[in-house]
Amino acid sequence: MSTTRAAPAPPGRRSASPRGGSGADERRVTWRNRLYRFDVRYMPYLMIAPFFLLFIVFGLFPLLFNGVVSLRNYRLDDPTLPYWAGGANFTRLFGDEDFWNALYNTFGIFLLSSVPQLLLALVVAALLNRRLRAQTWWRVGMLLPYITPIVASTMVFSVFFSRDFGMANWGLGLFGIGGGDTPIDWRADKLHSWIAVATMVNWKWIGYNALLYLAAMQSIPRDVYEAAAIDGAGPWRQLWRITVPMIQPIVVFTVVLSTIGGLQLFTEPMLFDLNAQNARGGPNGEWQTIAQLIYKVGWKDLNLGYAAAMSWALFLIILIVAGINFLLTNRLSGGRK
Amino acid sequence: MTAVTVPPPAAAPVRRRRAALLGRAPQDTPAGIGTYLLLAVTMLFAAFPLYWMFVIATSTDEALAKLPPAVLPGDRFLVNLREVFSLQDVYFAASLVNSAIVSIVVTASVLFFCSLAGFAFAKLRFRGSNALMVFVVLTLTVPNQLGIVALYIVMGKLGWNGTLLAVIAPGLVTAFGVFYMRQFIVNSVPDELVESARMDGASTMRVYANIVLPAIRPALAVLGLLTFVATWNDFQWPLITLSGTDYPTSMVAISDLASGNYVIYRRVLAGAFVATIPLLVMLFIGGRQIVRGIMEGAVKA
Repeated sequence: MSTTRAAPAPPGRRSASPRGGSGADERRVTWRNRLYRFDVRYMPYLMIAPFFLLFIVFGLFPLLFNGVVSLRNYRLDDPTLPYWAGGANFTRLFGDEDFWNALYNTFGIFLLSSVPQLLLALVVAALLNRRLRAQTWWRVGMLLPYITPIVASTMVFSVFFSRDFGMANWGLGLFGIGGGDTPIDWRADKLHSWIAVATMVNWKWIGYNALLYLAAMQSIPRDVYEAAAIDGAGPWRQLWRITVPMIQPIVVFTVVLSTIGGLQLFTEPMLFDLNAQNARGGPNGEWQTIAQLIYKVGWKDLNLGYAAAMSWALFLIILIVAGINFLLTNRLSGGRK
Repeated sequence: MTAVTVPPPAAAPVRRRRAALLGRAPQDTPAGIGTYLLLAVTMLFAAFPLYWMFVIATSTDEALAKLPPAVLPGDRFLVNLREVFSLQDVYFAASLVNSAIVSIVVTASVLFFCSLAGFAFAKLRFRGSNALMVFVVLTLTVPNQLGIVALYIVMGKLGWNGTLLAVIAPGLVTAFGVFYMRQFIVNSVPDELVESARMDGASTMRVYANIVLPAIRPALAVLGLLTFVATWNDFQWPLITLSGTDYPTSMVAISDLASGNYVIYRRVLAGAFVATIPLLVMLFIGGRQIVRGIMEGAVKA
């Protein structure tokens, strides 16, 4: 037992103390003992308490309370409505064209962003996975988009994708696409606006994902490649046949991560709009995502109950899609089953 | 390693070269010109929007309407900046201060509470510690957006909406931070050291201050940088709770700059650039740590 400093006080000293203050001594000892016991037994709980308290108040409770709100008439502009709405918010959701439109957009943008994002990240990671001069600086450079505020970069891309003087149209014009007379209006239809928004997402996350892949690639045992070389596999083949299957767990992880992030996309579509405050995502909601619609319903239309119901729907969708993607990538990227 | 495949020096040079080239893992292969070229192109794509932000931020309105587009910075940065800082309803200067307050408080608090909890989970024995840790890991996967409506209502009841408290409070301890710290402390703080300090009668907090803290400085740097960047860049929740008030964060202020019927982009991007500078400085100073943090997290995940 480690009774620490309190131990040196032997029980015999209690009765025959050379000094007069035996009572005080004893009290100090037991007090110390108690303090020690408290320290060992309860201190750990005290140390983890802040996380749990905060999570309960600002994480768990809102999560559950959100369910209650979704069953209520919770309008900030009309408190006179009956308290409970029953399933009305959810019934309305099924017939709401805006919701289905936003769901469609969210998936469209998600596909256009996550697939190229992860494929390009693999390629970039393969490039970084060489013996490089100034290795650290190449890696740090890849993180430039990651540390740039999405708000800031979206404003740049907003100019970049403008119809008349945008650099995107100018660049495409050089290759004979769009041309000077018939510039692409990036905010006029679904496909083009989706591409624009997806470009922003891709730009932001390719470098970050590449570093995740790189970390996994570097922990692949080297003798695997020796075996491959004997079979005569070139670098490109090695990447897809050996490296990717070997880093499968992290690929699955990034797929799930980008699913969760992609389905909650908010800032990019929000600020791509020339009049962001409307949260409409284009004149006819061309690129309005679900997260954006939740914001609009909750804080522009002031219907928090309905927004809460939408949040629940979004949560369910994320769960399902993340689950499907998990299984799918697990299967597709082969390797260990 | 590769030494195994390299034949003895007596072997013909041709064979040696072949074996060295083929049997080597990619990370041991020196990059060729092509690799450098492709990486340089990637880097250009990564850096260009930032550079161009600066170009527009230093230019007049005409620069935006030029074809081919302007690629050199102008000389109007200070003029544009002065306009941004003097706009009445945007509170840009105040917003930078607010962002700094929020980010610094959140970062400091995350570092303290997460390392404390991480230490408890990693080295202290208490009933239910495993179950509680599993709970922490589970909370990592919950998308925070789900509860945002109810969070707004909770903040309303507390009377915190529209104040910095609403942005600070939910971020003070994060599940990721606790998890990250636990992983690091498990590996980097020897059990014997903790035990012997205990024997000498050191209290838990003393062990934390004298043994754990010095040992986890690198992890603190990584978590601090990641937390600061994430907090500074956060947009959705600050927009919901702070927009329209006199206390926006810089991200909300930039979105205010960009609202209205006629957006003056040289102003917006001047503001955006200023709000990006602190992060660029951080990446320049702490880039190594950030890279390591992300890569370490990947291997553990």
